[in-house]
Amino acid sequence: MSFESQTTPRSRISLSQREAIWAYLFLLVPLIFFATIRFWPAIQSFRLSLFTWHVDPARRLFIGSQYYEELLSNPVFIQALKNTLLYTVVTVPASIGLGLGIALMLQAVRHARGWYRAIYFAPFITPAVAVAWVWGWMYNENFGIFNRVIVEWWVFVERIGLPWLAIEPQRFLRNPEMALYSVAAVVIWQQLGFQVVIFLAGLQGIPRIYYEAARIDGANPWQLFRHVTIPLLNPVLVFAVVITTINALQLFDQIVNINFTNQGGPLNRTLSLALYMYQEAFGRARLGYAAAVTVVLFVIILVITLIQLRLTQRRVEY
Amino acid sequence: MAARERPVKRAQVRDAGYDDAPQRVTRLVVLSYVVLTLGAVLMVFPFVWMLLSSFKDAREVLSPSILPSQFTLVNYIEVLTRTAFPRWFMNSMIVAVSTTISVVLFCSLVGYVLALLRFPGKEIVFLLILSTLMVPTEMLVIPWYVMSSQFGWINTYWGIMFPGLIPGFGVFLMRQFFSTLPRDLFDAARIDGVSEFGLFFRIGLPLVGPGIAALGIFAFIGNWNAYLWPLIAGQSPSMRTVPVGISLFSGEAGAAWHLIMATTSLAIVPVLVVFVIFQKQIIEGVVLTGVKG
Repeated sequence: MSFESQTTPRSRISLSQREAIWAYLFLLVPLIFFATIRFWPAIQSFRLSLFTWHVDPARRLFIGSQYYEELLSNPVFIQALKNTLLYTVVTVPASIGLGLGIALMLQAVRHARGWYRAIYFAPFITPAVAVAWVWGWMYNENFGIFNRVIVEWWVFVERIGLPWLAIEPQRFLRNPEMALYSVAAVVIWQQLGFQVVIFLAGLQGIPRIYYEAARIDGANPWQLFRHVTIPLLNPVLVFAVVITTINALQLFDQIVNINFTNQGGPLNRTLSLALYMYQEAFGRARLGYAAAVTVVLFVIILVITLIQLRLTQRRVEY
Repeated sequence: MAARERPVKRAQVRDAGYDDAPQRVTRLVVLSYVVLTLGAVLMVFPFVWMLLSSFKDAREVLSPSILPSQFTLVNYIEVLTRTAFPRWFMNSMIVAVSTTISVVLFCSLVGYVLALLRFPGKEIVFLLILSTLMVPTEMLVIPWYVMSSQFGWINTYWGIMFPGLIPGFGVFLMRQFFSTLPRDLFDAARIDGVSEFGLFFRIGLPLVGPGIAALGIFAFIGNWNAYLWPLIAGQSPSMRTVPVGISLFSGEAGAAWHLIMATTSLAIVPVLVVFVIFQKQIIEGVVLTGVKG
């Protein structure tokens, strides 16, 4: 009795202390990593954007918000900003819509579902750099497969006497009005499988009984989709929107490689913020100015993510 | 009477539900198969076209032929002898494998600690790690570059690898997995005299196998495909990874599309082979992170 009452309180305290010590021992290396490789550089980026760049920290001059003012008046930056937002506005709804459509169709079919899913998913894990070169080849003006098909089609419709059906060969990557959409198509092609996989899993997670119940109440297929599928799929939809938005805002690999000799061109019409940052920092050694670009990118991502999370939380309560 | 009416009514309801449903469903199903197949062709076509182009010689690749008149391996031989592709491959292997080991070990460890150990400051640590997910890589590469040049890390394996060693996303994922385990299990083992290391390695880790598989596969693929940071940190010819190598080689190759397609095939085909083998685990991993994570 006396033995128990004496040791239990003491050993409980020392046990919980021991656990805390072990916890921090385990966390030691990771915490140092996060502090030096994630936090400090993020702060450093902000600091660098307030100084002119020099290798020797003592010779960096404080210029305050000058780079930010320069950004606002720099037409190339404005173009990159516009393009980046346009990439987002084009690729996010398109890949979400197509992904959801394909997932719904996959759910409707019984055979070869796994095969279809694997085929749609495959591009997602292949290196974006290699994919961009393959598409660059297909988009090639003179020898690319797309323009060859267009020419064949032209010949065919002339022969059958319907020349008005002919399409002109396109300058997919060199037409300033078209280039951004050509790149966006590659991004959609590559990301679609990701949406398909998570939407299909989300759809399969919806209990059948909800559909049965709604059908007995006389709901038509559109009402089923609108009032059963969409609300129950909402968490997955939001996750997909957040992920694809963040990816679209950070586009880099595809843009550099699809038009390697004129990166971001024609006329800066495919230039993204990430590529602009890279060119300024590592092409023109303007590291302070490039850091200011990344701070703007960070703020955009932060604001958009917070808005999207706010919207989802509201709907989940619903 | 009432007892007789009820079955009739139920039968009518069933008829209304099932009578026109099969017709509509079959038409929808057929349409689905058609659209899915067309879509699948579009998804596969770029890969097929890449391979077909890589087997044509320099002249034929620019001709309108679809199939190569004779399959030639000349392009592959030229790429493998003219470029340092084997070296790029080895570099990518070293970087991706080492990073994956670090990611799996440290993310599980931190996830375990945050999910199952009790200590003051736990919520703050978790929030701080989670907040790193908000910061885009673009914002970090400039300070990383400044840091790496100072310490002489440019064009070293460590320089290419260090930013990806412990991703916050992996910590978040593993914490989710460890949260599903009962804490009593660990308390009981602790009373039985299992050390804290033993609790993690011998009891915790074996129970989160699917999480580790998913995380390991993602870490490997992500690092294998990574471009922005390896392009900055490893541009010297001997330190290029596969993406950096094919990007810079193709840039120099200009209009030699037969060689470029052979290079991209060498980069893409191994990934597709790995995907075919581990298809189930990879897709399950995506589902785990996307839907349940």
